[in-house]
Amino acid sequence: MTRPARLVWLGLLFHFKHLSRNAFAVTATTIWPLVYASLAYFMFQAGSEPEALLVASLGAAVMGIWSITTVEAADSIQRQRSLGVLELLVAAPTPFWTVLLPITIASSAIGIYSVVSTLLWGRLLFGIPLELEQPLLFALAIPPTIVSIGLLGFVMSSVIVRFRAGWAVGNMFEYPVWLVTGLLIPVALLPAWVEPISWVLAPTWGMRALSEAAFARGSPLEDIAMCLLLSAIYTLVGATLLGRFLESARRRATLSLT
Amino acid sequence: MTALRVALVGGLLSFRGLFSWLHPALFIPTLIVPPLFQVLFFAYLGRAAELESDTFYVVGNSIQLAALPGLFATSQAIAGERRAQTLAHLLASPASRLALFLGRSLPVMAIGVLVSLSSFAFGVLVLDVEIAAGALPLLVLTMATAAFSCAALGIAHAAIALRVRELAVFSNLVFAVLLVFCGVNVPLDDLPQWMSTIAQGLPVTHAVEAGRDVAAGAGLADVAALLGAELAIGAAYLLLGLALLRYYEFVARRRATLELV
Repeated sequence: MTRPARLVWLGLLFHFKHLSRNAFAVTATTIWPLVYASLAYFMFQAGSEPEALLVASLGAAVMGIWSITTVEAADSIQRQRSLGVLELLVAAPTPFWTVLLPITIASSAIGIYSVVSTLLWGRLLFGIPLELEQPLLFALAIPPTIVSIGLLGFVMSSVIVRFRAGWAVGNMFEYPVWLVTGLLIPVALLPAWVEPISWVLAPTWGMRALSEAAFARGSPLEDIAMCLLLSAIYTLVGATLLGRFLESARRRATLSLT
Repeated sequence: MTALRVALVGGLLSFRGLFSWLHPALFIPTLIVPPLFQVLFFAYLGRAAELESDTFYVVGNSIQLAALPGLFATSQAIAGERRAQTLAHLLASPASRLALFLGRSLPVMAIGVLVSLSSFAFGVLVLDVEIAAGALPLLVLTMATAAFSCAALGIAHAAIALRVRELAVFSNLVFAVLLVFCGVNVPLDDLPQWMSTIAQGLPVTHAVEAGRDVAAGAGLADVAALLGAELAIGAAYLLLGLALLRYYEFVARRRATLELV
């Protein structure tokens, strides 16, 4: 048990540092959320709900976490393939999920930059006060939010292990998840059938946890628990799917070709 | 005749290369699905903010989405040549640079119109937006104008691909500027003055305004000045782009950095 945990932890540190030196990843996670935050600020300022500016900051930050997760996690296997190490990693006695899992969590972990940049952007340019009602619970809510979103990326990357252009598939899921998880748009505004979909997506609960801690609208502990529960489910589903798809790719000898 | 062949055949092959070398189906997750959801996302965000009608967002975003192929496909046409290690051969050839690069932007413009139209149709159907059928031809013309100016901006920014390796970062930033500054989701009057002033010199701004006028019932005569301004801005970026391409090619040859950057 300690060996896989050590592998995941070291892999997480390694890939976090690696991604932090990637111009595309850092720009995407710090600047792109500012675009959506700014648009939301302008729209809510011009509209009739100025108090929604605070929520917009947090929503744009979580959007940034999901955004970088979709792009980087979806492309993670292809990156190993293009580096020529995918077959070696799969052939190694170490379970491949312990290699892939830290990559996807590291992808969402650099989303922490988007939390910082978005909150500072709102404070400095739009004068939105950074007054968190429950700062400790807010801080407590960040890691499960990031980990659960990263694990959702793990499921995604497990499913698209056989696609060479995984980045494109990941890209396709960016807006839909933003839309249905209530990050900037209340789920109540969407058609009723959307709500059950939002329940199985980690950004929904992460956003709820952060906003409940920030505005003291309730206890974020239940939302944090949901993040943890979904994390466990995502890990199980992702590892199972990954095993199946890898076995199929090995049987057909298409691991490095697809 | 050779230049025309280089432009048409070369442009088409280059564009197909963006998708076909990998898989033609890639077109759907890159240029069809995300635009549809961009329209939906901002329409619902507009509803949440109680700012403008669905028509405002459907028209604005569908026209701005012409920039998606305009920026990314044009710049990747050059970056892709480098990746495939054919850029040096391409630039060593005696082919007209005008034909080479304009040819690469022609299919991009056509796809720009297709992306705009598909996202517009999706938005109209899903959000139940009402637009007179008679307005459609002029709306398509407006989209084509935006596709031209965005492809021209794409050429200007693709020239930078001859100098930098991580162009995707820059493409994203330019796309973001168009999304924020050009009145696509926030009326220009509600933006800070300096932003709406800058918007006057950017592609998309005038086309979006024209598109909304057309959706509201305006005729060609009413929006001719706006479309003319969009075309003029596109022409200016095209000239700038061709000049930049010539300059960066010269610098890259002199420093032997064409495939090293």
